Amino acid sequence: MPEILASVLDGLLIGLVYGLAAIGLTLIFGVMDVVNLAHGAVIALGMFAVYFLFESGIHPYLGLVIVAAIGLAFGVFVYLIAVRPIIDGPPLMTLLATFSVSMVIIGVGTALWSTSPYNVDFPVKTLNLFGYTVTSARLVAALAAVLVTAFLYTFLYRTTLGKAVRAVANNREAAELMGIPSQQILALAFGIGTALAMLSGALIATLFPFTILSGGIYELKSFVASVLGGLGNPTGALFGGVILGLIEGAVAPFIKVSWTNVIEFVIFVLILLFFPTGLFGGRR
Amino acid sequence: MKKLWVLPVLLGALAFAQGNTITIGFTVSQTGKYNVESVNQLRGLKLWQKWVNDQGGIPIGGKRYKVALKYYDDESKAERVQQLYSRLISQDKVDFLISPYSSGLTAKAAIISEQYGKIMIATGAASDSIFKLGYENVYQIYTPASRYLTGTLDMLRAADANLKKIAIVYEDSKFAKAVATAAKSYAAKKGFEVVLFEGYPKNTTDFGPIIKKIKAAGAEALVGGGHYADGATFARQLYEQQVPLKLIALLVAPASDEFAQLGDAALGVVAPSQWEPLVKYRQTCGPSPAQFTQMYQEAYGKLPAYRAAGGFAAGLVLQRALMDAGTTDPAKVRAALDAMDVTIFFGRIKFSTDPASHGLQLGHEMVQIQWQKKDGKLAKQIVWPLDAKTADLVYPIR
Repeated sequence: MPEILASVLDGLLIGLVYGLAAIGLTLIFGVMDVVNLAHGAVIALGMFAVYFLFESGIHPYLGLVIVAAIGLAFGVFVYLIAVRPIIDGPPLMTLLATFSVSMVIIGVGTALWSTSPYNVDFPVKTLNLFGYTVTSARLVAALAAVLVTAFLYTFLYRTTLGKAVRAVANNREAAELMGIPSQQILALAFGIGTALAMLSGALIATLFPFTILSGGIYELKSFVASVLGGLGNPTGALFGGVILGLIEGAVAPFIKVSWTNVIEFVIFVLILLFFPTGLFGGRR
Repeated sequence: MKKLWVLPVLLGALAFAQGNTITIGFTVSQTGKYNVESVNQLRGLKLWQKWVNDQGGIPIGGKRYKVALKYYDDESKAERVQQLYSRLISQDKVDFLISPYSSGLTAKAAIISEQYGKIMIATGAASDSIFKLGYENVYQIYTPASRYLTGTLDMLRAADANLKKIAIVYEDSKFAKAVATAAKSYAAKKGFEVVLFEGYPKNTTDFGPIIKKIKAAGAEALVGGGHYADGATFARQLYEQQVPLKLIALLVAPASDEFAQLGDAALGVVAPSQWEPLVKYRQTCGPSPAQFTQMYQEAYGKLPAYRAAGGFAAGLVLQRALMDAGTTDPAKVRAALDAMDVTIFFGRIKFSTDPASHGLQLGHEMVQIQWQKKDGKLAKQIVWPLDAKTADLVYPIR
């Protein structure tokens, strides 16, 4: 029994980080109907960002703030270059544009850093709680994910700018009629989504070694978490991530590890059968 | 019109040049997940090409043939390998083939080489199953998977006569699964009880669930792993989770120099290795291990990993077969490979001629390395076999 509990706790902690990545994806979709296929590559960029900051002597947790700033700027840049010109085109266009961005990032990343693993090698404390072994990095990563989400919520619901983002998400034309500069807001939303992806990547990098290709698996998890929580719904995405983590944790002790993904996706399909708009409803 | 005579002369010159060149085709994973290992293998091959061409080429039947390499990026993908090997044979008209890196990709390339009846030297591929299909043209350089961890288990038994419970945990890849399955039956023969035998998916980053199972099963030693990325991650998390194992032996990852980046998590970890720069084989042809290592360092500025040595060895074995055959006629070269029993810098090379396992490597043996502290720094030491060791095994490690 304690093993199952430990496993579930582990799942909960990592699930919060999945959730953070999923929020980045779902926010961009919610605000501008763009399925960001560069999400995974950006997560990997976040991993490398924290790695190079760490190598230049900045503590990974301090580095998170810088990673967020880089992510915001990079997201706005990508939006302006690759997404803005075709934002009103058919959905396939933005899908291909973000996919191209992903290919460029992975291509350049492979050339610069190869596909060999990197490792943010900072001292990690191991805590023993009633026979449950957990590393400090995992606890901090989960805590950071919660804090970032709370921060995002305050921004979206308590600030004028955040309200503008939500207004554009609800109805872009109406928002423009109210004098909200929708292009700037869209760029900002894309920037925030990218920053969240990079932050989640940075947190994952403090837990596991990574390569430039590592983003792919988290992109997949982000999609699943977003859909579970209801596409376009940031809170839902966080809970989607937690559910995903819990499923992984809860089933792991009972089955061969190779089967975890199968079970995960079977549950995913079942939930979609009964809750087609996700567990927490679609975009708000 | 006057200058039209140039054309036949040029063509003649080209034909002459081609007549004295042997073209060897293969694919390299310059991108994708095998890019590190595969590029190392390529470096070894290129070094061999330079080495042999600097000597004026391969002497075959009184003539000297220069070596040309023709290769493409397979992106670490099986479907690319099949396309590209067909292209190498039918369009580029290469004379001989070398395999891609990894068992999975080599299995695909072997189908093509066999279809066209082209000789392929398989390096970077340790799977046994490729050689159980009755192929006549594929020859293996590496010690096959079935013998990968047997030396490790011998060593463990020699270090601790009382140890019983071991866990075998492997990546769900063709290669690692073959190694683990063979290790399982060998472990039983050696009197070990395999308390956990489980695979994990490729690209696994979170080993938490597996580690919990290892603890719950009460394993005293762990053997397994897969390729680099997963092995390095696994070792790090075993350390962070303070799993009380007396020995950890993982495939591939700890044999790479990059493994030292793990710091204390690397300490004590053992790996079987196809080859190490420190080995002391007495070669009967080609450069000595020390000469090869020196050439490699001069060319690339770092120590050769075993994949690089495997690349050079593949070229050297083909060269030796051509020299023995005294012709480039494929049937005679095949006969020379079948008859071969040489020791090169990479170790002994002898192929199975049994129709049921034709081409399987019989001569080559693994060495066991362990990460130990030397003058305060992490260093690889050869700890097994005893006659090749550079240091004693540190046991138990935790």
